[in-house]
Amino acid sequence: MTPELKGFIVLTVVKMLVVFTITLVGVALLTLLERKVSAWMQNRRGPNRVGYAGLLQPAADGLKNIIKEETLPDEANKILFMLAPLLSFVPALMLAAVIPFAAPLPVAFDFSLPVLGRFVHDGLVPMVVADLPVGFLFVLAISSLGVYGIALAGWSSNSKYSLLGGLRASAQMVSYEVPLGLSIIPVILLSGNVSFGAIITEQQTGLWYVLPLFFAFFLFFVSGFAETNRLPFDMPEAESELIAGYHTEYSAMKFSMFFIAEYANIVTVAAMTAALFFGGWDIPFTRWDQTPGLPQTLASGLFMFGKTMSFVFVVMWVRWTLPRFRYDQLMSLGWKFMLPLGLVYVMLIGSAVWLIENMLGVGSPVTRGFLLFGLNLGLGYLIFFIIDRGHVVRGSTARPEAVH
Amino acid sequence: MAIGVKVLRRPETDVSYVRATLKGMALTFRHMFRPKWTMQYPEEKSTTDWSLSPRWRGTHRMLTDQQGRSKCVACGLCPQICPANCIKLVPGEDEDGNRYPLIYEIDEFRCVFCGYCQEVCPEEAIHVGVHYENAEYGRDRFVYDLERLSSQTHPVSSLWDPSDPKGE
Repeated sequence: MTPELKGFIVLTVVKMLVVFTITLVGVALLTLLERKVSAWMQNRRGPNRVGYAGLLQPAADGLKNIIKEETLPDEANKILFMLAPLLSFVPALMLAAVIPFAAPLPVAFDFSLPVLGRFVHDGLVPMVVADLPVGFLFVLAISSLGVYGIALAGWSSNSKYSLLGGLRASAQMVSYEVPLGLSIIPVILLSGNVSFGAIITEQQTGLWYVLPLFFAFFLFFVSGFAETNRLPFDMPEAESELIAGYHTEYSAMKFSMFFIAEYANIVTVAAMTAALFFGGWDIPFTRWDQTPGLPQTLASGLFMFGKTMSFVFVVMWVRWTLPRFRYDQLMSLGWKFMLPLGLVYVMLIGSAVWLIENMLGVGSPVTRGFLLFGLNLGLGYLIFFIIDRGHVVRGSTARPEAVH
Repeated sequence: MAIGVKVLRRPETDVSYVRATLKGMALTFRHMFRPKWTMQYPEEKSTTDWSLSPRWRGTHRMLTDQQGRSKCVACGLCPQICPANCIKLVPGEDEDGNRYPLIYEIDEFRCVFCGYCQEVCPEEAIHVGVHYENAEYGRDRFVYDLERLSSQTHPVSSLWDPSDPKGE
């Protein structure tokens, strides 16, 4: 092993520790935030007894879940039943590895340890655990693995509610994968690259993609809700219909793992939205963050954290605002509204980018961004004031006149 | 539709989904900054908005006279009227011929808190109390004896609203 490789390994291990610690602690605190947000929106105070302002509530919940009895239904498929929480927990954590969370940091060291030998590193360290060239294709691939955990949990519990939850989860997550994938294609069209690093650099020089690609953002975020099984798309859980859906039969730590997976998925979706459409760790209206350095890394990390948290808040905000969809409405929204919108949008953006570059001869990404933003305004009018008159969500039930 | 069921059609032209969602979200966001309704229970037990009614009927209290003796004369009316049969009374008599309770026990688990004992008592001795914090570590602690009934200090129920004595 060369000293450079060993230096790289040391840095990666440090980054892994930092990212997973932050993710797991953050997820624990998110469970508290969720309860606080729900309380605030219902004019309540939320948990405030354990620790200052309830900050130790997640620790109390965790302790409770560890010492609770683990139940194992007699009729369950034991192996899959034990495996399912892991299958949904691990992909959720794996996703945190590919999202860049701060500006690159210049690191130079050269030291020797007994037995292990010499460690050398000199140059910029990208602030991401794995800077994959395939970028968010990896995210799409791994996030669709999460459905296995849920579907297997539903199947292996051998309970009708769990099975229904698992079935719904697989149908829903497969359906919404399509608009999710389609919503990312315009981003590739503009950036010409799938790696997160390149997309963020592209947004630093031009506009944040939320302006030129507003509807891609819209589709991505809405599909993100469905992918993370959050209200208004929480059909797999649906406590008023299915008790608790796929995790009805789970207790204690196994249930906790589903819970952690759900919140880790929310963090990932929020961080991806921030990275793809809101410039990632970019600090707006300044070019200071583009020169590497420790203060820049810390400040941009803080900005990324702020952006991610605001999207997490939006996810919770929507949950405590909207009621659950009916199942057929959910499918109709996915296949009859979001899929066509995604297809039309890809074609529209593709033609617009081609026209702007070849007919108008505009090369600057900022001008191009504003032209596309104008296009989005037009499309927005069409969607919010014309299509949004009873055409967005339609059930598949028979119309009243067909009942006679 | 055999029995004339009225079928309501869903409105289809004037409904919106996206805009309605945004409206709802604006509403919930505004609610985050409204004053909170929560009453922080162990610290605050009554607010200007809410307090226990003076007619509240909770665990009993036996009133005492100036010498600290219980006012009860062991007439036996309260065990007689008690619909839950939760009062155990063994009367005694001292050398002056004054009757007093040898044993006076109320099983608070059996009691239905109707307040008849207070209504029937000719000496205004037994009362139901304006009190609700009764937690104990064992079931046996819920049979209140005379000493315990006399030593409690919480306010007693008025059984009717003083501002509206006829209940109108």
